[in-house]
Amino acid sequence: MIRFEHVSKTFQTSAGEVKALSDINLEIEDGSIFGVIGLSGAGKSTLVRCMNLLERPTEGSVFFHDTDLLSLKEAELRKQRRKIGMIFQQFNLLEQRTALGNVCYPLEIAGIKKKDAVKKAEELLKLVGLDNRMQSYPSQLSGGQKQRVAIARALATDPEVLLCDEATSALDPNTTRAILELLKDINAKLNVTIVVITHEMKVVEQICDEVAVIDHGIVAETGKVQDVFLKPKSQIARELIFPKRHEASTGTAKRILRLSFDGQKSSEPVISNLVMECQTAVNILGASTENIGGKAYGQMILELPEDEFKLAKVKSYLNEIGISYEEGETNAD
Amino acid sequence: MQIDQLFQLMKDGTLETLYMVIVSTIIAYVIGIPTGVILFITDKNGISENSIVNKIVGVIVNLLRSVPFIILLVAILPFTRALVGTTIGSTATIVPLVVAAAPFVARMVESSLKEVDAGIIEAAQAMGSSNWQIITKVLLPEAKPSLIVGSTIAVTTILGYSAMAGFVGGGGLGAIAINYGYYRYQTNVMLVTVVLLVIVVQIFQEAGMKIAGKSDKRTR
Repeated sequence: MIRFEHVSKTFQTSAGEVKALSDINLEIEDGSIFGVIGLSGAGKSTLVRCMNLLERPTEGSVFFHDTDLLSLKEAELRKQRRKIGMIFQQFNLLEQRTALGNVCYPLEIAGIKKKDAVKKAEELLKLVGLDNRMQSYPSQLSGGQKQRVAIARALATDPEVLLCDEATSALDPNTTRAILELLKDINAKLNVTIVVITHEMKVVEQICDEVAVIDHGIVAETGKVQDVFLKPKSQIARELIFPKRHEASTGTAKRILRLSFDGQKSSEPVISNLVMECQTAVNILGASTENIGGKAYGQMILELPEDEFKLAKVKSYLNEIGISYEEGETNAD
Repeated sequence: MQIDQLFQLMKDGTLETLYMVIVSTIIAYVIGIPTGVILFITDKNGISENSIVNKIVGVIVNLLRSVPFIILLVAILPFTRALVGTTIGSTATIVPLVVAAAPFVARMVESSLKEVDAGIIEAAQAMGSSNWQIITKVLLPEAKPSLIVGSTIAVTTILGYSAMAGFVGGGGLGAIAINYGYYRYQTNVMLVTVVLLVIVVQIFQEAGMKIAGKSDKRTR
């Protein structure tokens, strides 16, 4: 769907050249939800802007399907951009237009008749759950509602890809979860490929199939989300997944389990129960869990002793209480 | 002076002033909006960055703006005569008013456009808008409340300029104040014109702010 070949981007600033991206190679599969994660300043915003040429790479090629976007003339590029929707951290809605007017905008500029545009816009606003706020101006909407309008607007021209640049970073955890659910829904229902740029592991964890970890303008690591989470190969990925933990080398092979919480009761002391029930010590390597309305969401990575019997016990306990997990192995070196 | 004479004088003066100010403002905006848009879009990181055009237009605007109006008024008398055939009266005054106000309006338009969030422009580009669509459907509508506030300031400034034109044979309340108040020491006539000018400014100011507030959808 989108393919980067040796993409580099250098900015000329008064302080000299700044290399934002260097030699990026990426392929985003049709229909997937692709995450790009990195710390701020890692180059992820530049990366996503190279996908629709809001920023032009200084070197390399950007392919959308099999079209090299960099070879297109202005008018051709504008046509392609209509197939690539985009939403932003600050929503970027037209402040002087209603929600309906905002969703109509991309249809208007594509030359669609007013009547048809309004009809389409109304359908989309219904899809994102804003049936009763169509005539509201952005200033009358909450952050989550604004992002819903932005999503409806981005979908108006039936794009094949939706680029999300830190789309949930300005929202509270509840709203973040709801917006991510909506994106997941759109991916499934409308078969829109979604690219998610974020600095938050939980976003990747909640919706992405694949992830690329960006650090200082290069792709440090890329792969299926469960693989990267369980066995991060790069230093930066480890830092993002196990924040503030210094790798303690124990010398022996350890078992690793990744637990996913998606809506268990947060009042339940899962880990203590597990320790008592299974009579084994566990080490929490990293956790990003949240309590939303009394329910636990997120993930936790546990390190267990290399003891088949105890491991089996832990697994059966987790099965029993209904927490899903994945298993990995690390050689603590 | 008889009261009915004074009344007639003031009525004519006010109408002449309104005529000069409104026509000049409209023409100044017809020139100033495109100029302001050019200044904005050709600026660094603008949607049509072009430093040469930006510099040339910028220098012309700054040159015209740095000439004091009373000097500009006299300096362009030949131009005025060539254009409207005379240098006296309200219609002749419109020429220097426009020459002085258009660059001023251009800068005001530019600064209003700068208030539009860059993110909104970026979003419009991402949706596949052409530059013309961005100007007409995004920049100007989004800057509308600020443009209206700017226009009330422009009207007030042009009104002030129009009074100066009274010295070189322009019409309107300014000319009355100068001819009766200054040359004939009829202070009462001058006072009346001042009061009328204040009222006109107040009306424009209030109306402009009201309309701007009404048209702005950002605060409710």
